[in-house]
Amino acid sequence: MRLTTITLAATLTVAGVATAGTVAPGDVAFDEYGAVEMSLSGAAGDAVNGEKIMVTKSKGNCVACHAVSKLSYAPFHGEVGPQLDWAGDTWSQAELRGILANAKKTFEGSVMPAFYKVDGFVRPGKGYTGKAADGPLDPLLSAQDIEDVIAFLMTLKEE
Amino acid sequence: MKIKALTAIAAVLLSAPAFVAADEDAELIVNGEIEMVTKTAAAPHLEGALDEVLSGWLFRADETQSLQADDFDNPGMIFVDQGMDDWGTVDGSEGKSCASCHGDVEDSMAGIRAEYPKWNDTAGEVRTMAQMINECRVDRMGAEAHGYTSAKMARMEALISVQSRGMPVNVAIDGPAADMWAQGKEMFYSRTGQLELSCASCHEENYGNRIRSDHLSQGHINGFPVYRLKNAKLTTPHGRFKGCVRDTRAQTYSPGSDDFVALELYVASRGNGLSVEGVSVRN
Repeated sequence: MRLTTITLAATLTVAGVATAGTVAPGDVAFDEYGAVEMSLSGAAGDAVNGEKIMVTKSKGNCVACHAVSKLSYAPFHGEVGPQLDWAGDTWSQAELRGILANAKKTFEGSVMPAFYKVDGFVRPGKGYTGKAADGPLDPLLSAQDIEDVIAFLMTLKEE
Repeated sequence: MKIKALTAIAAVLLSAPAFVAADEDAELIVNGEIEMVTKTAAAPHLEGALDEVLSGWLFRADETQSLQADDFDNPGMIFVDQGMDDWGTVDGSEGKSCASCHGDVEDSMAGIRAEYPKWNDTAGEVRTMAQMINECRVDRMGAEAHGYTSAKMARMEALISVQSRGMPVNVAIDGPAADMWAQGKEMFYSRTGQLELSCASCHEENYGNRIRSDHLSQGHINGFPVYRLKNAKLTTPHGRFKGCVRDTRAQTYSPGSDDFVALELYVASRGNGLSVEGVSVRN
C-alpha cells in the first residue's frame, strides 16, 4: 500500500504536478466556492485506506452521519448528512477536499466538523476528556488521511 | 456542476427536518392512569425554531417506550423508592429529615418539578431543584451537600419529579429570570469544541435523524432525571449536558455552575407544555 502511494506520487512529480509537501491547516487555499485545488499532502490518495478511515470510529467516522451503500458492511449509518453513493459524480476532487477540510466554506452553517482545522474554536477540549486543551490541537484527520478519503469518494459513481 | 451541487445541498439544508416516528400516534399512559402529553404546540418563545415540541419518548424504540408505561417495568422507580427512604431519614446536626418540615412528599412536592429552574426571591437568583435540595440539607438540616450529579441527588430529584408526573412543564422565562434565560439561549446555539457543534446542531436542526445508531431527539429535559439503559442508573440534566458538551471535543462547564443553570432554564423552557415524565427511560 505504501509502495503504491510512493509510486503514484513519483509519477505525479514526473508529470509536473505540484508536490510541495504537506500544506499546514492554516495555509489551505480555499477558492470562493470553498474548493481546494492542491493536494493537502502533496501526494495522491489511497482509496483503500480512505475506505477504512470512513468506517473507523476513531478516524473519520464518516458513516456516523452519512449513509454509503458500498460500506453497508459497517453498521449504523447516519442520516445527518447527504447520502454519498454518487459523491464522485456530484463533486470534483477539489470540491471534496474543500468540504472535508472545512465544509463551512462551501455550505454556510453546515453542522459538518472541519477535519483540517486547528484553531478558532470555542472552548477547545483535550480530545473527548471534557478538559481544556493543553496545547496546540491536531486536525481531526491528517493531510494524507483526507487525500485518501477523497480518493475513495471519487470511486463512488453511478455505473 | 458546481452550482447544481450547491443548489441540491442548499435544498436539503433548508428543508425542515422530516420527523418520522416509529409510531407517530403512540400514546404514553403510565400505569394505565397518568396520560402524558408527548407532542404539543411549541411555546411562543420557540417561534422560528420549533412548531411542535416532541418528547424524547417518541424517538425511542417500542421496547424502551413500553418500559416507561408501567412503574413495575420502569427500572428508574427503584431509585424513587430509595429517595423515599432518604426523605424520612434524619441526617445532619439539626436532627431533621425532609419529612420533618415538608411532611408527605406527595402533597408538599406536587407541581414543584414542573416549574424548575425558577427565580428565587430570597436568594436573588435562578435556582435549580438540585440547588434547593442542597440548600435544605446544608442550611436547615445541618447535613452535607450532595454532589451535584451524585446518585443521592439524582434519586431525591427522582422522588420529587414523580410527584408532578403528567403535569405540564411550565417554566417561567420572564421577569427576573429573563437575563439568565437569554444566557442559556445563547449557549444553546453556541457551537463548541473542535467538532463545532451546538445543542441546536443536533436537537433542533437534526432531530428525527440518526447519528450512528442513535435517533436524535429534540433534547427536552421533561423526562429528567432519566434512567439510561446504557449505564443502568439515573442521569441528571447537568450530567447529561456535561456529556454532550464533552462529545463536541470541548472543555465542558461544571455541573451546578451558573452556565449550566442558565442552560437548564432555557432547555427546560423549550419543553413547556410537555408533561413532566421523570423518571423516564431512555437509551
